[in-house]
Amino acid sequence: MKITSERDLAEAIRGAEHGLRIRGGGTRTPGKQEQGEVLDVSAISGIRLYEPGALTLVAGAGTPLAEIEAALGAEGQRLAFEPADWRRLLGREGEPTLGGIVAANSSGPRRVQAGACRDALLGVRFVDGTGAIVKNGGRVMKNVTGYDLVKLMAGSWGTLGVLSEVSFKVLPAPEAVATLTLHGLDFATAGAAMSHALRSPFEVTGAAHGQGRTMIRIEGFAGSVAYRAGQLQSRLARYAPAEIDHDKGRNDANWRDIRDVAPFHGAAGDVWRLSVKPSDAPGLVERAGARDAMLDWGGGLIWLLTPEGTDLRARLGHFDGHATLIRAGQETLARIAAFQPEPASIAAISKGLRARFDPRGILNPGLMG
Amino acid sequence: MDLPIPNPEILSRRAMIVAALRSELPEDAVIDDPAETLAYECDALSAYRCPPLAVVLPRSTEEVAAALRICHGAGVPVVPRGSGTSLAGGALPTADSVVLAVTRLNRVLEIDYDNRFVRVEAGRTNLSVTGAVEAEGYFYAPDPSSQLACAIAGNIAMNSGGAHCLKYGVTTNNLLGVTLVLMTGEVVTIGGAHMDAGGYDLLGLVCGSEGQLGVVTEATLRILPKPEGARPVLIGFNSNEVAGACVADIIKAGVLPVAIEFMDRPCIRACEDFAHAGYPDCEALLIVEVEGGDAEIDEQLGLIRQIAMRHDPVAFRESGSAEESRKIWLGRKSAFGAMGQINDYMCLDGTIPVSSLPFVLKRIAEMSGEFGLDVANVFHAGDGNMHPLILYNANKPGDLEACEAFGAEILKLCVEVGGCLTGEHGVGIEKRDLMSVQYADEDMEAQMRIKDVFDPKWLLNPAKVFPLAQSAGRRGA
Ligand SMILES: Cc1cc2nc3c(=O)[nH]c(=O)nc-3n(C[C@H](O)[C@H](O)[C@H](O)COP(=O)(O)OP(=O)(O)OC[C@H]3O[C@@H](n4cnc5c(N)ncnc54)[C@H](O)[C@@H]3O)c2cc1C
Repeated sequence: MKITSERDLAEAIRGAEHGLRIRGGGTRTPGKQEQGEVLDVSAISGIRLYEPGALTLVAGAGTPLAEIEAALGAEGQRLAFEPADWRRLLGREGEPTLGGIVAANSSGPRRVQAGACRDALLGVRFVDGTGAIVKNGGRVMKNVTGYDLVKLMAGSWGTLGVLSEVSFKVLPAPEAVATLTLHGLDFATAGAAMSHALRSPFEVTGAAHGQGRTMIRIEGFAGSVAYRAGQLQSRLARYAPAEIDHDKGRNDANWRDIRDVAPFHGAAGDVWRLSVKPSDAPGLVERAGARDAMLDWGGGLIWLLTPEGTDLRARLGHFDGHATLIRAGQETLARIAAFQPEPASIAAISKGLRARFDPRGILNPGLMG
Repeated sequence: MDLPIPNPEILSRRAMIVAALRSELPEDAVIDDPAETLAYECDALSAYRCPPLAVVLPRSTEEVAAALRICHGAGVPVVPRGSGTSLAGGALPTADSVVLAVTRLNRVLEIDYDNRFVRVEAGRTNLSVTGAVEAEGYFYAPDPSSQLACAIAGNIAMNSGGAHCLKYGVTTNNLLGVTLVLMTGEVVTIGGAHMDAGGYDLLGLVCGSEGQLGVVTEATLRILPKPEGARPVLIGFNSNEVAGACVADIIKAGVLPVAIEFMDRPCIRACEDFAHAGYPDCEALLIVEVEGGDAEIDEQLGLIRQIAMRHDPVAFRESGSAEESRKIWLGRKSAFGAMGQINDYMCLDGTIPVSSLPFVLKRIAEMSGEFGLDVANVFHAGDGNMHPLILYNANKPGDLEACEAFGAEILKLCVEVGGCLTGEHGVGIEKRDLMSVQYADEDMEAQMRIKDVFDPKWLLNPAKVFPLAQSAGRRGA
C-alpha cells in the first residue's frame, strides 16, 4: 500500500485489519521477515521548511536523505549526526529516507561529539496504531513543553507510530577536516589511544579502529584544525606515530567507510552491533572471537562479524550495554532475537508503551518484542 | 492557577500515613510538624504556596522505594523535589500530598575519566558535579543560572538548560543513565555508561517528565574535558532587528559559539545600575563567547568582528583578559538579581525560531504598553530561548493577575510564530493551562498515555503539566 499524505496514512492505519510492515526506503530494518502488508510511506516526501540562519529543517518523513543532503550542502550545512547508509552492509536496494533514519536513530562516527540522531531531532508528527495523528516537539532548539515523545520515536523502529514529518537541528559544515591515523595498534592500545584523544580538549569528532588502523578526526576552521592535529599528534606519540591527512575527499571517503561498516560489505557471516562502555570494548572483542571487528565512538560502538548462527549474547554473558543482530539469515533470526532482550522491569514498560500506542499490535508486529 | 481540591479522605488519614512512613524510615527522615513542612510549601514560583501533608527526606534508593511503596499503598500523591528552585511550580505541593525531597542523596558514586562519565546521587547540586571533576580538567556542561542550588534531580525532571547549551546541549543530551524508582517502589535502571540505551529511549522520556514518571535517585552524566580557554565579546547595536540579524549571520557563518546572550535596553539599564559592568548605552547587546586555544579564539573572534562590522555596531568590546571577561559577563549574570532589586518580576521562558526575534520583540514592546507593565528581555539568542522579565508589584491588587495575563499572551505569541511555551523551565502549574495552545487533545492524550504506563494511578505529581480538566479522569482513577 502506497501512502501519499498524513491523512491517508491515518486512514490506512485505522482501517488496517492485519499487521503492517512500515517501509520508508526499505534499506535498514533488521530482524526476521514478518508477515503483513507493506505500508510504503516514501511518498510523504519533500522539504517543508529550511531556515539556514536558524539551523532548522522540516521535511516529510519519506524524503530521501540524498535530497536533504543536497539542500543542506547548497547552504554549507549538514546533518551533524552522520546518518549511516546500510545498503551495502545489508545488501538492500532503495533510497534511505529521513523517517527510516529516525526510526533507527541512526548515528555515525560524529556521535561522540555532536550527539545521536535523537539529539538533533527537534520535532515529529506521527500516526499511532489507533490512527490518531500526534505531534510532539517542534522546530525550535529548546523545548521542554510536555513529555519528550520526540526521543521516544527515535529508535522505536515504527512500532509505536508511523512518522509523517520530522524536524531537525542542522549545523554548518566545517571549513576543514583532518584525520590522524595510527598504524598497527592492537584493540587494547587503540582503545587507550582513542580515550586519550577524547579526553583532550581538542574536540575529536571521530575515533575509530579497524583493519589495523586507528583513526582520529578533527573538524573546524583551517587554522584551528592544523593546531589541534599537531597537539594530538604529539600527545598520541606514545602509542604510535600518527600520520595526518588533510585531504577532504579522502577524509570523507574514509569516514563514510567507517560509518557504513565497509570492511564487512560482502563478507560472509552475521553482523552484530554492540553499544558498550568504551573501555570494555577490547575485552569484549577478545571474548567474542569474531571473524572481524571494528570500533567506532572511541570504543563505545563495536561492530562484529561472526560465523553464521553465533549466539553472541550467550557467548559474551552479561555486559554493560546491548547487542543488536543487524544482519543474519532467516534461520538464525528465528532463533536469536535481533534486539537485546530487556530486563523484566524495562520489558514491562516497553510492552505497556506498545499496548497504549499500538493496542492492536499492527505496527511492525514482533520487531521489537 | 487552580490546584485540585485536596482529597478530604486522605487528609483524614494523615496520622496513619505519617505513622506508616515512620515505621519504615528513620526518625529524622519524616517531617510532619507544620512549622517544618512550611519550608516545603513552595518552590521558586513563590506566588503559589501550600504546605504538604508531610515531607520525607530519604538517604538511599531503598528508602525512596519504601516511601513510595507506602504512599502507593495508601493512595497518597507524591511530589518529588530536588532543591525547590523550579520557576514553574513543578515542586509545589498540594495539601494532600507527601513531598519526597532527594536533597540528602548527594554522594558522588563513581568517576570515570577514561569513559568520561560521572555517576552521582540525584540530590547533588549541579555545580558540585563539576566541582567533583574539575581538578582533573573536566566539567558537566548544562549550567542553569541556578546551578549553585539546583539539584541534578530537578535538572533531569525539567531537562534544564543553561547559557552554554548552544554548543553542549541541554540535560537530555548529557544524560547517560538513571536509577528510577516507580510509584510502586520498583527500582528500574535505565541506560548506563554506554552511549545509547537499548530498546525504546526511556531515558529521553524520563528526562523532562517533571517528576511524573518516577523518582530519580541516581544519574550517570557525561563529563567533558574543559576547553583550553574561552573569551567573550560584547557587541552593542542600535536596534533589536540588527542585533537579531547579526546573530543569524554568526550562526550561518559556521562559528559555533558556546553562548550568544541577548539583552535589550531595559535589561541593559537595570544591569548597569545594579552591577556597574560598564555596558554601553544602546538598544541591544550581544555577549558572544567562543572557546579553544588562543589562536583559535582569535580566529573565531576575528570572524565575528567581520560579521558584526557589517551591521554597524555602536560598541564592540573584545575581552583581552580574565578580568575583562568577568566584567562582560557580570551584568548578564546579575540580570535576575538586578530586576529583583527594582521590582517583583515574572520570568518567562518561551522559545521562538531565531528568525522571528525582531518581530516578537516588537510585539512584546507593544503589549507592554497595552498591559501597562514593563518588560526587560534577556535570553539565549543562539537557540531562540527567550526570558522576558515582566515587572509587577506584588502588593498592588490585580498586578499579579495582569502580569500573568500578559505572560500568557507572550507565550501564545511564541507558539504562533512556530516556537513553544517553555524552553527550559518546564510546564509545572505555571504553563499547564496553556498546553492546549501548543498541543491538540490527541497530542496531550499521547503524552498522558506515557504516564499511564509508568504511574497508572496517577499519584506522582499529578496536578502538573496537563490542564486539570484534561487529566481529571485519570487523576480520579
Ligand atoms: C534564579 C534562578 C535561575 C534559574 N536559571 C535557570 C536556567 O538558566 N536554566 C534552567 O533550565 N532553569 C533555570 N532555573 C529553574 C530551575 O533552577 C531548574 O528548573 C532546576 O532544574 C530545578 O532544580 P531543583 O533541584 O531545584 O528542582 P525542584 O524545583 O525541586 O523540582 C523541579 C521539578 O523536578 C521534579 N523533581 C525533583 N526531584 C526529582 C526526582 N528526584 N525525581 C523526579 N522528579 C524530581 C519536581 O517534582 C519538579 O517537578 C532557574 C531558577 C532560578 C530560581
